[in-house]
Amino acid sequence: MAETNVKNKRKRGRLITRLRRLARYPATLIGFLIVGFFLLMAFVGPLVAPYGYTDQDISERFQPPSRQHLLGTDRFGRDVFSRILVGSRDVYIVAGSGALLAVVFGMTLGLIAGYFGGIVDEILMRLIDVLLAIPPLLLAMIVLFTLSASRLNVILVVGVLYIPMVARVVRSVVLDLKTRQFVEAAKLRGESSLHIMFREIFPNVLPPLAVEASMRFSYAIFLVASLGFLGLGVQPPSPDWGLMVGEARNYFGQAQWALLGPAGAIALLVVGVAFMSDGLRRMLLPGGVSE
Amino acid sequence: MIDRANNSAADGQGASSALERLQFASEPTGLEIRELTITYDTENGPLDTVRNVSLDVAPGEIYGLVGESGSGKTTLALAIVQYLARNGRIKGGSVVLDGVDLLRLSKSEMRQVWGSRITMVHQDPYRSVNPSMTVGDQIAEMAQIHMGMSRSESRNRAIDMLAWVRMPDPTTVAGRYAHQLSGGQLQRVLIAIALTTNPHLLIMDEPTTALDVTTEAVMLDLVRDLLAEYQTAVLYITHNLGVVARLCHRVGVIYAGEMMEQGPLRKVFKQMLHPYTLGLLGSVPRVDVDKRDIVLNTIPGYIPQPDSLPSGCIFAPRCLGAEEACRTAHPPLVEVEGQSGHLTACRRWQAVRQAPREFAQTQGKREYREPTTEKIVLDAARVKKYFPVSRVRLWDLLRGRRPMVRAVDDISIRISQSFTMGIVGESGCGKTTFARCVAGLEKATAGEILLEQEKLHPSVTKRPAEQLKKIQMVFQNPDASLNPQVSVGSCVARPLALLGHLSRRQILKRVEELFEAVNLPSDYIDRLPHEISGGEKQRVAIARAFATDPALMICDEPISSLDVSVQASLMNMLMQLQDTKGTSYLFISHDLAAVRHLSNWIAVIYLGRLWEIGSALDVFRPPQHPYTEALLSALPIPDPDAQRNRIRLRGDVPSAVNIPSGCRFHPRCPRKIGEICEREEPPWHDDGHWHRICCHIPPEELAEKQTAGTPR
Repeated sequence: MAETNVKNKRKRGRLITRLRRLARYPATLIGFLIVGFFLLMAFVGPLVAPYGYTDQDISERFQPPSRQHLLGTDRFGRDVFSRILVGSRDVYIVAGSGALLAVVFGMTLGLIAGYFGGIVDEILMRLIDVLLAIPPLLLAMIVLFTLSASRLNVILVVGVLYIPMVARVVRSVVLDLKTRQFVEAAKLRGESSLHIMFREIFPNVLPPLAVEASMRFSYAIFLVASLGFLGLGVQPPSPDWGLMVGEARNYFGQAQWALLGPAGAIALLVVGVAFMSDGLRRMLLPGGVSE
Repeated sequence: MIDRANNSAADGQGASSALERLQFASEPTGLEIRELTITYDTENGPLDTVRNVSLDVAPGEIYGLVGESGSGKTTLALAIVQYLARNGRIKGGSVVLDGVDLLRLSKSEMRQVWGSRITMVHQDPYRSVNPSMTVGDQIAEMAQIHMGMSRSESRNRAIDMLAWVRMPDPTTVAGRYAHQLSGGQLQRVLIAIALTTNPHLLIMDEPTTALDVTTEAVMLDLVRDLLAEYQTAVLYITHNLGVVARLCHRVGVIYAGEMMEQGPLRKVFKQMLHPYTLGLLGSVPRVDVDKRDIVLNTIPGYIPQPDSLPSGCIFAPRCLGAEEACRTAHPPLVEVEGQSGHLTACRRWQAVRQAPREFAQTQGKREYREPTTEKIVLDAARVKKYFPVSRVRLWDLLRGRRPMVRAVDDISIRISQSFTMGIVGESGCGKTTFARCVAGLEKATAGEILLEQEKLHPSVTKRPAEQLKKIQMVFQNPDASLNPQVSVGSCVARPLALLGHLSRRQILKRVEELFEAVNLPSDYIDRLPHEISGGEKQRVAIARAFATDPALMICDEPISSLDVSVQASLMNMLMQLQDTKGTSYLFISHDLAAVRHLSNWIAVIYLGRLWEIGSALDVFRPPQHPYTEALLSALPIPDPDAQRNRIRLRGDVPSAVNIPSGCRFHPRCPRKIGEICEREEPPWHDDGHWHRICCHIPPEELAEKQTAGTPR
């Protein structure tokens, strides 16, 4: 009983140092606040938004920002602010799942290639090079034109496209880690390759992986927005941010806010994620990052 | 070699114009540091890492600043040259060089001082030079910037300087790049750069720590001879007491950021007045004392962190003679009556002088055992390990040749139960590769390795679990040998869990026993590696290796990266564990003194081959192989009066790709007898007591020559 108490105390101590480290960098805190805000909206957006995202009111179209419509209205008289709030759910679901997919597969490939090396590494990395050689947006467009532009397909495309980046990062970290003596000590006591890969090496890959994951998330937000803008992503009337920018482009002269609102949301979230990833790096490394 | 008058004339012309404004005294008056306190701003608030340190270095004097890691010695050096890290600042005190307080100078004024008045030689030569500039140009650059020399003048100056530091063939070397030179040669270049401008203060921060003993010895001779002709004040920073004894005039002992003792070399080494100095000197195993008489001092505990300094004397928690008064009042550094220039920060210095034994924790002597060949645990026969050269030349390829690095080339070793075989040799001699072959981390190219009469598969992944648990290894770098994300308790528990037949409770109990065996408190069990010190990490690594009760423990330089006081306690612990568990050790180290202290048997390796093997007593007395003799003679002994013959090896270890013909050691051998050494491989001589030497000179003749003294 006393023992677990000490243990918990130590764990809490570690958490506190991590949080304190976090607090010393205001940019990180801002990053977490932005990401957290949109994440909250992804859940409760429809409940707290002042209007429904499909509520049309033709008499209210092209309204400038006002107390009734914080960010104005679009050509159907829909409230831009409400649509942004509700739209964050799609951002998290599509870009988030895409990034997660890339992270899971990229990490596995990177671990295998880095740990086994030799011919396995050679084959995997060359395949990845092939994938890297194709411009991502082009590949996404071709795939989505041929298949249908559904939410699931966008997720799959984003996931596949970002596998190489994650795999390369993980592989380089593993290449360094596997020469460390704690890995050799594990071999000396007869651990299996699976144990060494997932129990010895993997925990040390996590900090850089978390950073990479948040980087991929921010890239994915951009890519999904670009696809939405081109009409290849989620279909109207969903309040997809890229789609909103795409639609608002046609009447930019009459209602700048309808474009600036979602574009600003994209920029804000991407910057927030970047700040957060920087903070994650500081928080996760045991002993901290030396300046 | 260099015209000294000319030298100072050049100094007078060039650099003076910019420096005139700084009003340095015309004659060098040396370095004076008064009450210097240095603070780092950290996550946990400001920390005073160096507190109230005062010291003087006179022109022409070599001042040795000795301290363990974390004592603040490098911070002090960086503060003198105003080059602290961004979060570091000087809180108080003064640093005066030739009458000018350096702390009052602006950045641009300081830039005039760097390189002309103050120069520095750092620890790692490879990181101190520009890899994309020839070394000659780097010396010439100093002369151009600080002495106003023209291009051609400065180029000649560079060659002169290289000749001055006794670089063979200076004209050719001047045109080389860093990667084409060896560590020893590069460190010579750095000394040449540092002395080019005839500085008034030279700071050397562990300049020989990264070098082999043989190269170190040559460098120390060079530094001492060169500096005798300069009026330079030298601040020599090191953790190695032997180096200080060989080189310095005065010594300061620094501990956790405070000066503990300061005085003339002989006084500090022979009549020390601080228990810390006493402990440090006693914890180094000596090679000039009979092995059977060595007793090591240990200093209990670890150096305190600057955020948790004890009140009172900062050494009190580790001091055996500490009284209540030591723990309450902070003792000042005071000059001892009747001993001019000898200062101590111990309030009980009289007691230290009268009864030093009360202040030293000595470990009981170990019984000397005659070597036997019974109960052989490890029998490695004719082990070879060749690595293919990574870059193959086209010409070799066309001739169907694949050059090989012959890292281990026919080494045979046998170890009996509960005995220790020490392996010594310079870096790159193949000692670590051999150990890794035994462990199976490298697959031996040829040879047979038997463990308790069972043949071992060359690769560790193909060995059965039964054999795996019998061979364990402790690695050199404690930071890399523990998984940073796994608590040290689980790290020790894992090998036990792998055995498969222990319950959780039994495992926990075993872990606690192992922690106790390596003197770690049991509440460390759930700490992460970054929460404990280097010495403690190495203790955890040893506990992990002992978890499966191995028959053979391979120790690959397990203490080399640790501080002197921690080394001694680890060595004692390793010996105790051997006595209680009956484990055999294969102990690899470049530190001859440590190897001798720990081992029953010693094998000397050079260029992948064995040259001498015998009991620890025999190897350290004549007759010895000339290489062993040279290694031993190069070893710095922490005693200013130590008698020694001076044998210095020429050049560097040849590459293991193009191995010299005949006796591999002949190009560097100080006792080479003639053509036969270049032509024929030397025979083995056996004296009948398992002492074997591989040399063309018969042992009787070697003994005669070696007792007579230094060759040529």
